[in-house]
Amino acid sequence: MLEEIEMREIDEDRARCHNTRAGMIEALKIVQRRRGWISDDVLYELSAHLGVPPGELDSVATFYNLIFRKPVGRHRILICDSVTCWVMGEEDLKRRLSEKLGIAPGETTRDGRFTLVPNACLGVCDRAPAIMIDDDLHTGLTPAQLDAILGRYE
Amino acid sequence: MAERPLTGDIRPGEGPPRLTEYERRGGYAALKKALKQMDPAGVAEEVKRSGLRGRGGAGFPTGAKWSFVPMGTDAPEPKYLVANGDEMEPGTFKDRYLLEGNPHQLIEGMIIAAFAIQASVAFIFIREEYREACAALTRALAEAFAAGYLGGNILGSGFNLDMKLHVSAGRYMCGEETGLINALEGRRAVPRWKPPYPQTAGLWGKPTVVNNIETLCCVPHIVLKGAEYFKGLSRTGEGGTKLYGVSGKVKNPGCWELPMGTSIREILEEHAGGMMGGFKLKGLLPGGASTDFLLEEHLDVNMDFESVAKAGSRMGTGTIIVLDDRTCPVGFIHNLQKFFSRESCGWCTPCREGLAWVEKTLAAIEEGRGTREDIGILEFHVRLLAPGRTFCALAPGAMEPLGSGLKFFRDDFDRHISAPSCPWR
Ligand SMILES: Cc1cc2nc3c(=O)[nH]c(=O)nc-3n(C[C@H](O)[C@H](O)[C@H](O)COP(=O)(O)O)c2cc1C
Ligand code: SF4
Repeated sequence: MLEEIEMREIDEDRARCHNTRAGMIEALKIVQRRRGWISDDVLYELSAHLGVPPGELDSVATFYNLIFRKPVGRHRILICDSVTCWVMGEEDLKRRLSEKLGIAPGETTRDGRFTLVPNACLGVCDRAPAIMIDDDLHTGLTPAQLDAILGRYE
Repeated sequence: MAERPLTGDIRPGEGPPRLTEYERRGGYAALKKALKQMDPAGVAEEVKRSGLRGRGGAGFPTGAKWSFVPMGTDAPEPKYLVANGDEMEPGTFKDRYLLEGNPHQLIEGMIIAAFAIQASVAFIFIREEYREACAALTRALAEAFAAGYLGGNILGSGFNLDMKLHVSAGRYMCGEETGLINALEGRRAVPRWKPPYPQTAGLWGKPTVVNNIETLCCVPHIVLKGAEYFKGLSRTGEGGTKLYGVSGKVKNPGCWELPMGTSIREILEEHAGGMMGGFKLKGLLPGGASTDFLLEEHLDVNMDFESVAKAGSRMGTGTIIVLDDRTCPVGFIHNLQKFFSRESCGWCTPCREGLAWVEKTLAAIEEGRGTREDIGILEFHVRLLAPGRTFCALAPGAMEPLGSGLKFFRDDFDRHISAPSCPWR
């Protein structure tokens, strides 16, 4: 069920937009912020609330990299796998992350703590390799630093 | 030391200047000058004379771009100005520096640009991963509205401008200007057919100018100090300074504002400190992932749009990615094609199918499963995805490092196939 507070935030944003369609992406983000991802149920409710066909909403939801249509963990790890990070050791970092978490890129740990997502260039190529956990950027990483960093996210 | 108008006031680690600090250093004086002493045509003319070329990658002359916007009382309304801060081009991290370092400079540039084209609504389009930039902009926008630099009747001039921040949900195609317009309208970020060009029919069918962040940050300096001053900052015929970057196995990777036309050698050796110990330069991409490789023999090329084009590549975003001798060029190119194939929006078949084929072929070569015919398949795609054969510039951009890589590093491709395995692994 969409919550009262979500609907209010969505309507406030929509009022600032050119039209309902222009507010669709932000509406998806508002809902995702509280739930982590967009389930089918939520998609249908949101489409009813906005008055747009569910197929149209889904076509947008599935297009954008950072809207998730599958469940994700409490913390989202974006690992930059673009060229400079790759040159600077991204493969090693990703392998070690996968081993530590026991998941392949794209998967979520069984305890629902982390989801590992390969991401396009994070735009910090001068401090490669880089990952982003939730809103925090971690740069110039070596695999040895991973334990300490992951430990900060319960 | 050479002048650095765009970044001279940026103090990394200290946070961006707040409004009062920005004003104290001369901020918003250009806006006052534009609104009180100039008319829109005068501002546009000054920008045209300055020789400013778009910093988003294509180098389109900014004054010329603005001149296509219909003006006068019967021009369609509202008109829009959009700042493109998507910056998802691999290897590019210059707009982040300007956004985090001095958001008011961008806002001031945008107000002046909007005045020149008489736009009444402006959008700043930022990728979601740029959290710090989003926070800095949100705060700066609130300050600018409160001070009367945005909103109705700005500084008593009668000019009105609303400005909004749009945080993307992530996709490389959002950086392509018509894809960006679709994203702002709440659609999938697929490109639109041109013509009509956005300057006449863009957002919601109204005249729209899309400019890069760095381009817009140049505008206040041109208006305040004049076109001649801006031209004088450059070492070549193209006006201004440029934010150059270097990443890869160099001693001191980073981003610097230097005179336009600084040589690649100077950027690499003096600013980036040269190669890390034990590494040699094998090649470089001068301006992000979608530019052709250059080699050691090109180090004395000046980094401006014309000179790099003459050398057979493009300046693109001006952020150099270094390929060193201990990194496999096939793996490097495979990584690039994986990015392009994943980010292809799927709108047109040659790109949607072709990039996936290219990516798989390169993976096969890299893993020692490649055949001689695979080289032909790659070369076929370089021709198939040439400019004009796909709906937008993503696929032709992807072919630039592939086509030049096949030419310059052909021996390395062949060694992978005859071994058959990657000699670097
Ligand atoms: C696939 C693709 C991605 C692009 N991404 C960006 C971007 O992130 N930022 C940008 O300013 N321009 C980007 N561009 C170029 C824009 O389409 C457009 O030319 C530019 O924003 C115009 O600004 P300028 O005239 O100030 O350079 C991209 C182009 C393509 C084809
Ligand atoms: S070239 Fe690629 S990114 Fe551009 S429209 Fe075609 S499929 Fe989309």
